[in-house]
Amino acid sequence: MAKKPLLEFTDKGIYCARGKFYIDPWKPVDDAVITHAHADHAYFGHKHYLAHHLSREVLYYRLGDIQLQTVEYGEKVMKNGVEISLYPAGHVIGSAQIRLEHQGEVWVVSGDYKTEDDGISTPFEPVRCHHFISECTFGMPVYQWKPQVQIFEDINKWWRSNLHNGVATVLVGYSLGKAQRILQNLDLFNGKVYTHGVIENTNEALRRNGVLLNPTERITIDTPKDEVRKGIILAPPSSVGTPWMRKFGPYSFGYCSGWMALRGAKHRRAADRGFVLSDHADWDGLISAIDATGCECVYLTHGYTATFTRYLNEIGFNAREVHTLYGGEEENPSNLSEGEALNEQVAPVNEALPLGEDLGGVS
Amino acid sequence: MKAFAQLFLSLDETNKTNEKVKVLKDYFIGVPDTDKMHMLALFTGRKPKRIINSTFIRTWAVEASNIPAWLFEESYHVVGDLAETMALLMPRNEHSSNKTLTEWIAELNLLAGKTEEERKIWLMESWAMLDSQERFVFNKLLTGSFRVGVSQNLVIKALAEITKLDAATLTHRIMGNWLPETYTYAQLIQEQGAADDISRPYPFFLAYPIQETSEKRKTADEIQLALGEAGQWQAEWKWDGIRAQMIKRDGKIFIWSRGEDLATDKFPELHPFLNALPDGTVIDGEILSFQNGLPMPFNVLQTRIGRKTLSKKIMEESPVAVIAYDCLEFEGGDIRNKTQAERRVVLEELQAATLYPETFRISALIQFDSWQQLGEIREQSRAMIAEGIMLKRKSATYQVGRRRGDWWKWKIDPLSVDAVMIYAQKGHGRRADLYTDYTFAVWDGDKLVPFAKAYSGLTDAEINKVDYFIKRNTLEKFGPVRTVKPELVFEIGFEGINRSTRHKSGIALRFPRILRWRHDKPKEEADTLDNLRALLDG
Repeated sequence: MAKKPLLEFTDKGIYCARGKFYIDPWKPVDDAVITHAHADHAYFGHKHYLAHHLSREVLYYRLGDIQLQTVEYGEKVMKNGVEISLYPAGHVIGSAQIRLEHQGEVWVVSGDYKTEDDGISTPFEPVRCHHFISECTFGMPVYQWKPQVQIFEDINKWWRSNLHNGVATVLVGYSLGKAQRILQNLDLFNGKVYTHGVIENTNEALRRNGVLLNPTERITIDTPKDEVRKGIILAPPSSVGTPWMRKFGPYSFGYCSGWMALRGAKHRRAADRGFVLSDHADWDGLISAIDATGCECVYLTHGYTATFTRYLNEIGFNAREVHTLYGGEEENPSNLSEGEALNEQVAPVNEALPLGEDLGGVS
Repeated sequence: MKAFAQLFLSLDETNKTNEKVKVLKDYFIGVPDTDKMHMLALFTGRKPKRIINSTFIRTWAVEASNIPAWLFEESYHVVGDLAETMALLMPRNEHSSNKTLTEWIAELNLLAGKTEEERKIWLMESWAMLDSQERFVFNKLLTGSFRVGVSQNLVIKALAEITKLDAATLTHRIMGNWLPETYTYAQLIQEQGAADDISRPYPFFLAYPIQETSEKRKTADEIQLALGEAGQWQAEWKWDGIRAQMIKRDGKIFIWSRGEDLATDKFPELHPFLNALPDGTVIDGEILSFQNGLPMPFNVLQTRIGRKTLSKKIMEESPVAVIAYDCLEFEGGDIRNKTQAERRVVLEELQAATLYPETFRISALIQFDSWQQLGEIREQSRAMIAEGIMLKRKSATYQVGRRRGDWWKWKIDPLSVDAVMIYAQKGHGRRADLYTDYTFAVWDGDKLVPFAKAYSGLTDAEINKVDYFIKRNTLEKFGPVRTVKPELVFEIGFEGINRSTRHKSGIALRFPRILRWRHDKPKEEADTLDNLRALLDG
């Protein structure tokens, strides 16, 4: 009889029966290994969590008083005879690929990843394995990213021209990952960086975790609007179109996301400027990452799974499509999600908003 | 081409009218005059000729992109725009080019006389020297699918600010039949309208709706409040045909449709009356199919327009006539600045003098004393084969474009049924990669029979919810079409209903659209095919 595979896809998440733990489960379980702290990967309600050190404070902030063990990249943890180690995924600060080894067989779960070094997350590291479970959020050849230095040049230029035209600058990106990546690459000679409460809470959590971030100022009810208008405002997707955002008008509103690569998607969000900046691998990035694992079989979890699987099989990989609840699914550009929108919507229990903050509707 | 590509990018980068006008002005100032005229032609719907067959363009684009054809098709479904898909999929350019828009279009036109192989070489070389933004607009030129996110009004506004000419004059001068190769910028902006093209139509004056939807029904009191005394207004039926402007100048006749298509040859029945008009006459009216002195439903005329050649049979089945409602030029003079009432007198005299009253009809004035009374008369619109009522202020001049104030359309409330969504397809443009095109069905016994497609009527938030539902409730996929679990019920509104042999349901709707999502209705309570048949006019 064929040996049971080390990992299986269940209705609670990716399960390792031999090690009796789950990876990024979406239903409450006893033992969860977490790739990163975005809400579609780190759910509330598990008895025990294992994650990277740099995810610690954000996980506490988002999930409250959980039982959490954190490790360094490359550090080995044994669970019921299965060896677990984490490797950098380059997606956001603290994001990890999970490597499992048992009797010489190696599996790697990518979580979300990108291959470009963003200068703030530990850069992606390919891990040799027999079985690779990969995301493919942008698994279509129309998604090809430019180097981030070009994008940030555009962003800084746009900010300057807004200052010149006397309009405020509002830049939208997800609160964990995108916001810090932007923050570290803004030209601070232009002015100060003001943050929406949700982003600042995440920044504070990361700072508690020892991450050095550029200075920011939380926008509160007392922050003088005229001052804010001279700087740049970092805001999460949930704030778009809310009274909170409108009070800074007139403003130019930029949106940072991989979906901005398509004109239609950009128009749908009615953004003044769309900046093609993603924390996921693009088409070439996905293929090169999968190739670098040297895997016998690759499983595609979320994104354009059907198309990408077919293509990989045509070019000689052994690829399979699997169903999970990560990201949206096949076609998720319709919601505002690049994985994280859920975060902003299912306001976590201890999402302590500063008093007086008007978040408006988050529909 | 760089400037033109940048124009597109900059227009894309702002939603604000003033900034768009500024971007347009910057473009006009920065490019040669010939480029200005080409840009004007493209931005006012004068599509470039499609010289290369689009199947070839696709095939060569697949080759240039170095991916399998099926993946190219999948990409197209995600992007929702062929020109953009091709631009995104090709590898980065290694060379660049400084050719102007005029030069590119000239080269493109030269291809007409070339072989397929020569065309392919030219195209492959062209793609290789354009960056992705240039490639995108270049592909738009190739595929002839030019739709820009700015209205003609904005282009005219920018041009008016630069040339110091007024917008109405410019709008008039870019109407009708001209080619960017022969109509020069100098001619466009010269002070006097000397040597004006005799075929040139006037810009149409268009009415605003007095009530947007059936939900916002207006009462007689509200109309009184908005429009004032009934006695200041002239009312006519709103005819459901083709809006047209008919010109007789220098012994020649021209018929223009509202889309600025020259349609003179499509309506030979109208030639005798037009030829008999005095020179220097321009009439505004509606072309309709008539039988026994009564207008026929729009679909009869539609069938006729759809034909490439006019057979004797189709002309017998669907003979046309004009219902005239305005006169814009008389005895060679532009009379658009006279009042509605004065122009009406001129029109009545012209019509009274015609020897062809069967084809040159006049839109009768509806007699009414109060808005209340007119509201009651409006209820008879369907029986009159009209779409409702037109209101025109007696003191109004004939203006340019869609303007609030003096012309209003008061349409009848749409007919409606509750229907179940059964198929869905992805949209295009800003709706790309979202399921926004739906097919609806009604019950015929225990079967659901599709009867209408509708694309519009939902808010963006609703579209996202419906899209989410479709992606999780797909029963089958046929190419781009998904069969969806029948569950969601929508109220579908439409202007008219006719028998049809082409549709499975045996009926065809005019202007179907979604009025609202009936969250409150289970699919079992949707309407039946019998309910629809009962609405047939007979």
